[in-house]
Amino acid sequence: MRRTRARAVWALHLAILLLLLGLQFVVPPFHQIMLARIMALAVYAIGYNVLLGYAGLMSLGHAMFFASGMYATGLTILHFGFGAGAAFGLGVLAGAIMATAIGLVTLRASGVSFLIVTMMFSQAFYLATLYFNEITMGDQGFIISGRLQPLVAGGREFPFSDPAVKYNLALVVFALSLMLSVWLTRSPIGRVLVAVRENEERTRLLGYNTSSYKLLALIVSGSLAGASGSIYTLMFSYVGSSFASILFSIYPLLWALLGGTGTTLGPLLGTALMTYVVDIASGLTSSYLLVVGATLVILIMWFPAGVMGGIRARWVRWLP
Amino acid sequence: MSFEGHLFLALLEGTVTGFVLALTALGLSLVFGVMRIVNVAHGEFFMLGAVIAWYFSTMPGGFLPALVAAPLLVGGVAFLADRLVLRRIEYKPESTIVATIGLLYIIQQLVLTVYGPYARPVAAPVYFRIDFPWFGYSGYKLVVAGVSAALLVATWLVLSRTTLGLYMRATQQDREMAQAFGVSVHRVYALVFSLGAALAAIAGALVVPVQQAHYLMGLDALLMSFIVVIIGGLGSLGGTLAAAFLIGMSDGLVSVFFSPTLAKIVATLLVALVLVLRTGGLFGEEGT
Amino acid sequence: MGEVAAVTRLLETTALSKTFGGLEAVRRVDFRLEKGEIRAIIGPNGAGKTTLVSMISGRIGPTSGRVLFKGRDITGLKAWDRVALGIVYTFQVTSIFKNLTVYENVALAAQRRLMKGALGRLTLPQHILAEPVNRALAQVGLADVGEQDAGSLPYGHQKLLEVAMALALRPEMLILDEPTQGLAPEEITALSLLIRALSRGVTILLIEHNMAVVLELATKVTVMDKGGLLAEGTPYEIETHPDVQKVYLGL
Repeated sequence: MRRTRARAVWALHLAILLLLLGLQFVVPPFHQIMLARIMALAVYAIGYNVLLGYAGLMSLGHAMFFASGMYATGLTILHFGFGAGAAFGLGVLAGAIMATAIGLVTLRASGVSFLIVTMMFSQAFYLATLYFNEITMGDQGFIISGRLQPLVAGGREFPFSDPAVKYNLALVVFALSLMLSVWLTRSPIGRVLVAVRENEERTRLLGYNTSSYKLLALIVSGSLAGASGSIYTLMFSYVGSSFASILFSIYPLLWALLGGTGTTLGPLLGTALMTYVVDIASGLTSSYLLVVGATLVILIMWFPAGVMGGIRARWVRWLP
Repeated sequence: MSFEGHLFLALLEGTVTGFVLALTALGLSLVFGVMRIVNVAHGEFFMLGAVIAWYFSTMPGGFLPALVAAPLLVGGVAFLADRLVLRRIEYKPESTIVATIGLLYIIQQLVLTVYGPYARPVAAPVYFRIDFPWFGYSGYKLVVAGVSAALLVATWLVLSRTTLGLYMRATQQDREMAQAFGVSVHRVYALVFSLGAALAAIAGALVVPVQQAHYLMGLDALLMSFIVVIIGGLGSLGGTLAAAFLIGMSDGLVSVFFSPTLAKIVATLLVALVLVLRTGGLFGEEGT
Repeated sequence: MGEVAAVTRLLETTALSKTFGGLEAVRRVDFRLEKGEIRAIIGPNGAGKTTLVSMISGRIGPTSGRVLFKGRDITGLKAWDRVALGIVYTFQVTSIFKNLTVYENVALAAQRRLMKGALGRLTLPQHILAEPVNRALAQVGLADVGEQDAGSLPYGHQKLLEVAMALALRPEMLILDEPTQGLAPEEITALSLLIRALSRGVTILLIEHNMAVVLELATKVTVMDKGGLLAEGTPYEIETHPDVQKVYLGL
């Protein structure tokens, strides 16, 4: 019975990925870019969900990790002419290092304290990007498209300005992240993370060093966020302080909550829904962040399990 | 200007900032202490006070009635938020944070819609200049400091001398015990939340002739309030005051001698470290 | 044959103490436990029983004194490392994972031993994990409720689940904190039989208030009062001990 469940899970996720692969050929260009952006940001949401949905730690500082990836990638391309692959690797590494450093310091706190501490560190990071604006260009930001070399594979060139390249790059990174999250939830480590979330002391007395597991979750989470920032830079060429702001830390929380924390497909769904909603709203009014606020309040009051969480509870119990 | 001049200016600015910061942060501290929740929308109440003050300044009555109207109106908004939202989610810590983040954006964006994205100045109700050997200083700022101080004293009196204050302190110390003694915890919560918002609103209104009213000004007020409350301790009036002065002074000094952004970075990192190193976390209850 | 070489005790505490604020919960306790015993710790509320075993299991750290397990000083060892040594503690108030299935609860315990090295942490084939889990569930009689949510089990079964989780950890020394509390008489009987069956391979340390169970199961009884050891002996000796009677019955 467990075997068939595993097969169903992998089949479902594979189907979703194939669907995404196929969509690029049928949707108009505007939606193609939207989907590409959604997939890139969904990686951020997946990373956030590893920490919140599985380890049970709510952070308000993830923009720090996203922006680390972004700046690592952007600056090395702009100033040192790094290739996309190396720059991406550095972006992921930057997220991981940042998460390790922050984790070692902040994981002694938990719950509300953890939340505030991560917010504070992230805010300090954001202010630092403004303060050191000879390097970071602060709020204005900088563009790397001039320096960004196309991908070369099989003798052909794939420039990043090509929408198909953007789409499939995002798809690949998203697919890897999604598979990682599915595997994680079904692995021994994932089981421990869930246990830590449910009852940390009990987990300790079952023989697990819970602090190490929380740190691991944070590092994975930060690496995914860094990857997201990195890929976003490669796709859209722009690096700026706004991606380190508190709002950008609130987005993954919003996406994860909307989609359903503790589910693997929730992050994609939440990111997709919210990105479209914000896009539509920003066309109607300059106060479009109102939908962000309203969604958060409505979710927390009436739908704390999010869309996927609700689906899982009511109909499809085997969803991871 | 000479070094002593800069120093004196820094200290003077620091004092004014300290008083205003104490008033702004006090509401957050009380809410933290009594209700054990984090109100991320606190800065927006401050901003609302400033914006309401601007509206009053454009009306025949002028700026001064705003000092009464703003706290009342904003307190009302807070009361509604508590009743409609916070009570529903039973004041659970992480849910409250998400809810108040939502409130932050709702309030902020509604103000953006109605008031617009521009920063608008308000003329000070009293204008006089105090001349020091090195510079002229706005008398209004000193008035603000004085009024803030008076309000702080008034709050202290309410806390220590009135029944409401007694209920608040009892609920803060031991919620179950207070309930057993017949204190309606929900009513205390509603009042504390409204009071916290009202205090922030008055602070915002007082400050607007100095700062200008802008729909984003709440974020800064929020962060500074957080810093003060975390360093000064929850629900402690004395602690809030002491921390506000510490922060105000160092902010004044670093801003005058270095840069405001750097001052903020230092303050933010400092409070993060304090929170991490303080055993027992924010509420003194968290585990090993 | 018959020569007992320098046998190190299974468990020993020397002058173990714990002070909370101003309260001395455990006062300089020298406790000794031999392998193969079923030892019951009894005493009035507040005597320090749970505090003592919490220090033994590593839940809390002592204010002073030492804990030795098989001759090795484990006083500084964290709770999770003690589990690896074979010291397993079950909670007084059931502390199972209510939102997980019964199977998942035991799997969490069972997988600990199987997670050796990096690869063992990353992946664990279902059939390898199922073996110890099903064995533990069968031992306590919960084999047929594997897929149920742990929180939906009746209280008595939740206690059994706790025992199953403890068993899946392959304990050498099993600490049961008031295992029969809240159980119906038939359940108590069943649990007593289970504990006796387990004791053949595992040393049992039992905190109990139910004197019938103590008299039935224990090979030796330790009585605690006000943070210290009041008396030790066979169940019969303790039953007729004047000091114990005074403490319990106020004579």
